[in-house]
Amino acid sequence: MESTVLKIENFSAFFGENQVLEEVNLSIPQNRITAIMGPSGCGKTTLIRCVNRMHELIPGARVSGKIFLDSEDIYATDPIIVRRQIGMVFQKPNPFPMMSIYDNVIAGYNLNGIRLAKGEKDRIVEESLRKAALWEEVKEALYRRGTFLSGGQQQRLCIARALAMGPAILLLDEPTSALDPKATSHIEELIGELKDTVSIILVTHNMGQAARVSDFAAFVYLGELVEFGPSGKMFTAPKDKRTEEYLTGKFG
Amino acid sequence: MKEHLVKRRILYDKLFKIIIILLTFCSILPMFFILFFITSKGISVINWRFLTHLPKPVGEIGGGISNAIIGTLILIGIATTFSVPVGILAGIFLSENRKGRLASLTRLCVETLQGIPSIVIGIIAYIWLVVSMGSFSALSGGVALGLMMLPIIITATEETLKLIPESLREASLALGVSYPRTIVKVILPAGVSGILTGILLSISRVAGETAPLLFTAFGSPFMNVNILKPINSLPLMIFNYATSPYPDWHTLAWGASFILIVLVLGLNLFTKVVTKRWKVQF
Repeated sequence: MESTVLKIENFSAFFGENQVLEEVNLSIPQNRITAIMGPSGCGKTTLIRCVNRMHELIPGARVSGKIFLDSEDIYATDPIIVRRQIGMVFQKPNPFPMMSIYDNVIAGYNLNGIRLAKGEKDRIVEESLRKAALWEEVKEALYRRGTFLSGGQQQRLCIARALAMGPAILLLDEPTSALDPKATSHIEELIGELKDTVSIILVTHNMGQAARVSDFAAFVYLGELVEFGPSGKMFTAPKDKRTEEYLTGKFG
Repeated sequence: MKEHLVKRRILYDKLFKIIIILLTFCSILPMFFILFFITSKGISVINWRFLTHLPKPVGEIGGGISNAIIGTLILIGIATTFSVPVGILAGIFLSENRKGRLASLTRLCVETLQGIPSIVIGIIAYIWLVVSMGSFSALSGGVALGLMMLPIIITATEETLKLIPESLREASLALGVSYPRTIVKVILPAGVSGILTGILLSISRVAGETAPLLFTAFGSPFMNVNILKPINSLPLMIFNYATSPYPDWHTLAWGASFILIVLVLGLNLFTKVVTKRWKVQF
């Protein structure tokens, strides 16, 4: 039995009158890659944005149900604390344009006003960039602006920035949808290496990607969690008819 | 298509281009005339003494505009200290709250303030400060100029911050950075070039204002650095000298005009440099 890092219980999300998620129950296993699949607009992005409480930034958004991170209800915790423990990488790479590569990686500390000794900062920056497989490419250019990098490098910089905070969980919201195939395979490779450090939730509408990198997969359709299980099983013998139809390309 | 039709089109094309260039030229021509005129009239009196000496009484030859230059700088300083923080904060409020009653009310007020004639602003500052404090003062003049800068700074800040991509804010919030810190450390630095441009433009806009200073800063023939006393400024001095009956003073007014234009042009050029240098590429 896998140990669980995040437990979602009877969770529903709304935008005003619109219900986007219906009674989702899901246990995210520790140090594994969990892919969340589903057609556009099915609520998969909303689901992970609820996990780090970014969902509530939209006016009119509300939720019901509970999400536990290591037995602590994240909706009873300050969102600022939650977001430091649950990092997020977005669809489009979004490094801070006014900061150098170095400052981008350490931004989580600098922006939060956490003071660190120079040596400590250097160590975190190098370690995070190494984990994000970017160190060798940028070690000579740490003080150049992050926006000089290519799209794929920028996305890895964003991953390094999230890792620098030492999160328990890393949320990846279609991290490769804005990247070319080469950068995509680079990121996928990286995701596979990262699971020793951090539990990963990967939202993707690319089934191939889910099949390649994930250990577990969840299929969300019209706000409902249809199926969840080990990826191998789900891709070869889905239990639910809707999952099968999605995987075989009947809709989506 | 027939040969002559093609030829006609090419002809039209050329004609259109010529008209556009001609009209553009016409629109910048007055600027060059003004510059040329002021330079030719004013440059003859410009020397070190003109910049560093105080004005002399009527009849005495010479005299400078040092008190007006210092006065202008002090007035702009007062106006800036008071309008920049208020303007930036209001701009942040407007860009963060696109809808909402208070926001639209604020926007309406900003637009109205922008449309108020400068002489009226001068009278308001007169009633608020000069009457209540019992004396013309640099402070009241600075406040009048600051009121005129306010809408420009607010609008520039709002428009700049609106253009900053949402993804930047999300990046910061997702790192667990609080909302106020996100605004101060991520959103504002990303918009620094646009905001600075707005501030500098508003300064060059009010640097030549005379009307709001007539009943506030009032003017003074002495060197004054006390902000509670009347103070001289370049536009006030030009106004007073140019409307005087003495040809000698007219020349000094041309000289002061030249200096004022140089200051404003310099500020505009500096603004261009700042915009380029501090531009943040998203």
